[in-house]
Amino acid sequence: MALPGFLRRERIVARPGFNRWLIPPAALAVHLCIGQAYATSVYKNALVDHFAVSQTAIGIVFSIAIVMLGLSAALFGTWVDRNGPRAAMFTSACFWVSGFLVGGLGIETGQLWLLYLGYGVLGGIGLGIGYISPVSTLIKWFPDRPGLATGMAIMGFGGGALIASPLSRQLMSWYDPSYDGTAGTVPNGEAVAALFFTFAALYLVFMMFGAFIVRVPAEGWKPDGFDPSTVKQKALVTTESVSARNAVKTPQFWLLWTVLFCNVTAGIGILEQASPMIQDFFRDGDTSTVAATAAAGFVGVLSLFNMAGRFVWSSTSDYIGRKPIYMVYLGVGLVLYIALATIGSSATWLFVLLAAVIISFYGGGFATIPAYLRDLFGTYQVGAIHGRLLTAWAAAGVAGPLIVNSVLDTQGEPGSLVAANYRPALFIMVGLLAVGFVANLLVRPVDSKWHEPHRDASGAATPTPERSAVR
Amino acid sequence: MSTSISKEQSADGQRPVHTPTGLIAFAWTLVGVPLAYGLYQTVKTALTLFTG
Repeated sequence: MALPGFLRRERIVARPGFNRWLIPPAALAVHLCIGQAYATSVYKNALVDHFAVSQTAIGIVFSIAIVMLGLSAALFGTWVDRNGPRAAMFTSACFWVSGFLVGGLGIETGQLWLLYLGYGVLGGIGLGIGYISPVSTLIKWFPDRPGLATGMAIMGFGGGALIASPLSRQLMSWYDPSYDGTAGTVPNGEAVAALFFTFAALYLVFMMFGAFIVRVPAEGWKPDGFDPSTVKQKALVTTESVSARNAVKTPQFWLLWTVLFCNVTAGIGILEQASPMIQDFFRDGDTSTVAATAAAGFVGVLSLFNMAGRFVWSSTSDYIGRKPIYMVYLGVGLVLYIALATIGSSATWLFVLLAAVIISFYGGGFATIPAYLRDLFGTYQVGAIHGRLLTAWAAAGVAGPLIVNSVLDTQGEPGSLVAANYRPALFIMVGLLAVGFVANLLVRPVDSKWHEPHRDASGAATPTPERSAVR
Repeated sequence: MSTSISKEQSADGQRPVHTPTGLIAFAWTLVGVPLAYGLYQTVKTALTLFTG
């Protein structure tokens, strides 16, 4: 289907002199909105009450959204690369906002399937397209600092939850005066529906703003003082191009898929259970020395480290390299996980410190992966390759909670668990991190047979000797 | 950090543009204000871990 003229890539090629610092806020405008996906717990109990169903029936909405994120990022990645960031951000906004409208209608009319279809399916597609929409553009605008650039955008995804959680509580307390946002009170369904409609309007404005200010650099553009030949000198960094179709045939792609899957699954192991986990680690009999309000504070600390890790660690990777930083995420993360399992219950400050650093590595793993892909496969179809790799996130989104919940189910009833009951699950995560560490160690430069052919002045391709055999 | 154009682009004959500083400031403010709100609220919640 042909795109309307104003969405086409050729309409948004930046003219000489365009300031690239307008691109990060365009990316943030999208990621801050779609990051709301991590703030769904704010109204989860309200929806359980409203629909009179189980926690699982409502939890499925988030699972559908994450699975759709992975699928849509994989399926539409090439489309996003071909049509550019404006078309992608515009499409993402349409799906994301439609998701809230249809989901809100489902809540208003008591039709749970509409919530699944709206927030889960439509919203999930918006999430997937929106997540990858600015990534390749940022990498092209910041060839000198790709880790910083993608870190800024993906930090926005973490930031989106920080905004949506308190904003949701505030808005719902306006729509339902009997709800004051404190533990123990639950807003009614109408308040949640009104929240969905409000978010639809707010996110439409923000995401469209991002879509209309974003630009792609002209062919051959480079920042002041940047010498592309210096990039090639770094280990594992290529100036060649690999197509998305060929990338998935390389061992490097599947090694990075394993790295991302292991890192995300391990992070979810803590995030999934953060609030009950800290209370259980410091339980003495029926009571915990950590109060419910302090446990909520712990979730806040993790959110801050999750967001900060995305920016700080990804930016650091520009200096120390992508492979070494993943050795830190997975290797140091593994040691910290062992410490958490063995000595984490000796002091609250130690538990919080260990968990916070582990979660910063979880965030860093998300934010650094696009730059790692750029290093290995070039910028040619990095958005599409990133999209395909995000299926690892969808798989981890299912595997992480499944591992933790199924292990804890064998250990006892919620409210009676202690630190020792968490050890089996934590040691499974240690094993996963070890697998990820080895996968990262095995990453080597991509074989030249997968490189796209160079074109001469007449536009004719000059294939590498092995190339014809693999295409 | 300033940005520049390559010599090839200059040769295209395209008229250079100047991105208004006000637009850049507005764009950063638009995303910065909600982010600051979210950070403030989260830090406030996080402090209960140490005070509550």
